Amino acid sequence: MGDFLGMFFNWEYIFKVLPDLVLVGLVNTLMLAAAATIIALFIGMLVSMALLSKRRWLRVPAQVYVDVLRGLPTILTIFLIGQGLPYAGFTFLGTSAYPYGIAALGLIASAYTAEIFRSGIQAVHHGQLEAARALGMPYGTAMSLIVVPQGVRNVLPALTNQFISIVKDTSLVYVLGLGIGERELYRIGQDMSQRVGNLSPLVAAGIIYLLITVPLTHLVNWLDRRLRSGKVPVVVEQPADAEPTAQRTFA
Amino acid sequence: MTTTIAPGTTAVSVRNLRKSFGQNEVLKGIDLDIRQGEVVCIIGPSGSGKSTLLRSLNLLEEPTAGTVLIGETDLTAKGTDINEVRRRVGMVFQSFNLFPHLTVERNITIALERVRGIKGAEARRIAGERLADVGLAQKATARPASLSGGQQQRVAIARALAMAPEIMLFDEVTSALDPELVKGVLNIMTKLAEGGMTMIVVTHEMGFARQVADRVIFMDRGQVVESGTPDAIFNRPESPRLQAFLSEVLT
Repeated sequence: MGDFLGMFFNWEYIFKVLPDLVLVGLVNTLMLAAAATIIALFIGMLVSMALLSKRRWLRVPAQVYVDVLRGLPTILTIFLIGQGLPYAGFTFLGTSAYPYGIAALGLIASAYTAEIFRSGIQAVHHGQLEAARALGMPYGTAMSLIVVPQGVRNVLPALTNQFISIVKDTSLVYVLGLGIGERELYRIGQDMSQRVGNLSPLVAAGIIYLLITVPLTHLVNWLDRRLRSGKVPVVVEQPADAEPTAQRTFA
Repeated sequence: MTTTIAPGTTAVSVRNLRKSFGQNEVLKGIDLDIRQGEVVCIIGPSGSGKSTLLRSLNLLEEPTAGTVLIGETDLTAKGTDINEVRRRVGMVFQSFNLFPHLTVERNITIALERVRGIKGAEARRIAGERLADVGLAQKATARPASLSGGQQQRVAIARALAMAPEIMLFDEVTSALDPELVKGVLNIMTKLAEGGMTMIVVTHEMGFARQVADRVIFMDRGQVVESGTPDAIFNRPESPRLQAFLSEVLT
């Protein structure tokens, strides 16, 4: 038992790694996740509009984009984008792997986010668009002022889940080879674990992940309950690979 | 190119209007002229094409063939600004279709701003006046979900009227209401008719059609079967189909 505790909960090693974990790892994890989320929300919204378009030449490429990025293992896509782009001569993001990691995470998440937005927007009663159009609003105005705000509200729980996924997926960008100061939580825990031959630093990293993700998970549940009791259409929690289910209730 | 309809002239002119959904032809060549200031009620069994006809008048349904003139404007002609026509043709729906994420006042001002370009205090003044017209001035800051069905429908009427339409379309606007709330909505429509508004009303309220309509149109299986004064339609129905329909609904 002592061996077990010593291997996973060695306080000396935990305290030794903690400053780096918090000051470097946590900061980088949150920055990677935040930047990737912004990209995912922006591109995801555009792609969802294309997915909902009546025009085939917009809809089909958008569906291919979503299918490919959702269908590939995350680590493979991170490699292809993060290593592949610079190798192929696309060095517009500089020589550090960091921005390529952000781009890869953001693009992958944008495919899931596009599906989340699409399902949320489709759960808005079609009478909303009709009423807006009947008042004389052009399609774009009606969507951006009337339909999309309600659709986004519907999917706040699913979007929060997606953010949790992004936070966890930041642990994969280490494969791109990050500089010392660019390392995120997992890499710092892993480096220290290998150096001292003990898993406690990795456990410490894990605890920090949990401090981020568990409260967010409960936020999801709370949002979900609140939206349901508000009697609006709600798209419930979306497991990464499942189609979201839409539940419609009316006041 | 706002063309105001002069009194006594034709407000709506429909020629050989056809609409198919796949193999199912729901409008089989409708001809209809409605004078400015006329109140026309369309009655008929469900599935007779009443709502489809009404929704063709502001192009919520795209006709398969035929023409629709609103004043001088040909709806289906190339180059017609459909948003400009829709501004002139108000519509009220069976399911209210208020925007649930906006206050009652904002439901009205958002289209004033975006479609008529009337902003700020002036928009709020108009919203307040139209709400007062329907007896709901005190509900300006309420959310639609906190209102009864009857109140929501009165707000929907106020919202449509705020656009200063030349023609109002009513699509079974009392069908979703509890019986005790129907009268308040019908009273507002009666007042509007007395004020000289051109109204086309798809309804199951035979009492309203009898008392308020200048003309009643009976539709069945995608055709106008009979058309005449309320007295002629309800007291001297000629076609067997209208006689059968009236014996169903009036007993």
